[in-house]
Amino acid sequence: MEQSRVRTARDEANSPSSKVAHFGADKPLKLGSGSTLSPFQVAYQTEGTLNADRSNAILICHALTGDQHAVNEHPVTGKPGWWEILVGPGKPVDTDRFFVICSNVIGGCMGSSGPATIDPATGKAYGLNFPVITIGDMVRAQAMLIDHLGIDQLFAVVGGSMGGMQVLEWAKSFSERVRLAIPIATGARHTAQNIAFHEVGRQAVMADPDWCGGSYIEQGRHPSKGLAVARMGAHITYLSEAALHRKFGRNLQDRNRVTFGFDADFQIESYLRYQGITFVDRFDANSYLYLTRAMDYFDLAAEHNGRLADAFKGSKTRFCLVSFTSDWLFPTEESRMIVHALNAAGAAVSFVEIETDRGHDSFLLDEPEFHAAVRGFINAAARQLEIGE
Amino acid sequence: MSVNTESRIDLRVIADLIRPGSRVLDVGSGDGELLDLLTREKNVDGRGLEISQRGVNESVARGLPVIQGDADSDLSYYPDKGFDYVVLSQTLQATRNPKEVLNELLRIGERAIVSFPNFGHWRVRLSLLFKGRMPVTKDLPYSWYDTPNIHFCTIRDFVALCDEVGATVESAAAVNDNGEKMGLSMPWWFWNFFGQQAIFLLRR
Repeated sequence: MEQSRVRTARDEANSPSSKVAHFGADKPLKLGSGSTLSPFQVAYQTEGTLNADRSNAILICHALTGDQHAVNEHPVTGKPGWWEILVGPGKPVDTDRFFVICSNVIGGCMGSSGPATIDPATGKAYGLNFPVITIGDMVRAQAMLIDHLGIDQLFAVVGGSMGGMQVLEWAKSFSERVRLAIPIATGARHTAQNIAFHEVGRQAVMADPDWCGGSYIEQGRHPSKGLAVARMGAHITYLSEAALHRKFGRNLQDRNRVTFGFDADFQIESYLRYQGITFVDRFDANSYLYLTRAMDYFDLAAEHNGRLADAFKGSKTRFCLVSFTSDWLFPTEESRMIVHALNAAGAAVSFVEIETDRGHDSFLLDEPEFHAAVRGFINAAARQLEIGE
Repeated sequence: MSVNTESRIDLRVIADLIRPGSRVLDVGSGDGELLDLLTREKNVDGRGLEISQRGVNESVARGLPVIQGDADSDLSYYPDKGFDYVVLSQTLQATRNPKEVLNELLRIGERAIVSFPNFGHWRVRLSLLFKGRMPVTKDLPYSWYDTPNIHFCTIRDFVALCDEVGATVESAAAVNDNGEKMGLSMPWWFWNFFGQQAIFLLRR
């Protein structure tokens, strides 16, 4: 009988179909919480070719529910890569000219060490025994991966939302290893409103009896309902009122009138339910807790007495920030705050606010002005530095 | 925001005022023409502030660090004396609060360079005098109701404003109808009548 090609999220969490870098006891990951993670692994994908002097590498950082499958078919869902619109042959991040790396973050669930990974010490899934991680930890793990690949300096680090936080962290902690930083639709800290939304999502997961105090993998269960609700709530924050109205309005789902019940009468309900149901098949509930927590803890200025400019003092990295007018999760003001800090630090910074009604998710969509800005910024620097020609 | 890109003779005059290798902020940098010129010819460390998305994108594609923003609201975020020169070319007349903007230029830069179209030019005066209409000329191509240029001034008005904000005029130049720099020996009234654009180098 022919073996099914379908892989589950659980398969990918432990034995990913992508490349994996293993870091043994000699290379522990020092964590922001003070503890260490060892051994650990980083699952990653690469596209394109590293040039002879190893100067054309671009690191893509994924968002909360993204993964390393930015430019290839997803092993679980079979869908195209989540950033194929921006990254690929001839695209603004051109894989014909650049060596593109994208790794699953630490704490994720597509093959890098995370709560769904088997803990070698116990032979059981980590669950809540996995240490709480930070954006800084994700970036330190990525830096170790870059070392492992023999790359000293990245030509660019690019990412949106949580990926943008990683870009900022890279620019702060490893400034000399980053020539270009492209943080998109992001902020230098998570706002109270954003923490609030994340807390609602986490409570939805933890309120599901199948969560089992975090040990659902060992119990052979999965808190699908809670995780789906978390996803539904979060998904609303990625869109905008205008976009929802344009797409769905008050349209009814396969019916002519309301049913006076609690079925999905409206298209928007049906859409959100679908988003929730499909999400749970590819994502680990505990990972969702860990990664939302990492974002909540993110505050670049905090280590510098609240002065964000000091985080970027003396930086030689060139920055290009992008925000979207209808993004209310990471509104333009958050980007402007970073821009002002970079200005005060004397860093080379460009900033463009893209006019669109598609909300936070715009960074994943076809937004020609956004793509033109990224393409222009990368190409101009590549020309000046004679890289990837 | 700029008045007419074909007549940007002022950019050449501005470039001549700037010391090679200095730090320059161009406020209202448009498509990055001046910054590009200064980067190539004067090896400056240049930054731009531009209100239009298109202008920013064109500048970024030229490899210039330009921020999308508004001179009226965003200059306050720049540190004191962060630049050797802050340039405001053909933009002063489009700001909501020219006096405050001028103050900010003098705070951020060791020196400020300001160029603007002269509303005291004879063509403008004649248009008002004989036609009784707000002037629409090749350098000021907008009708009164759709112009982004909401705060016109004459060269004399500007000199008075400099006085008011305590700015010292280190040098000044005017450009006439033919795009020629006018002689320094000419008196103010002459500049104010025949100068189509004026370029001032200021400090405080």
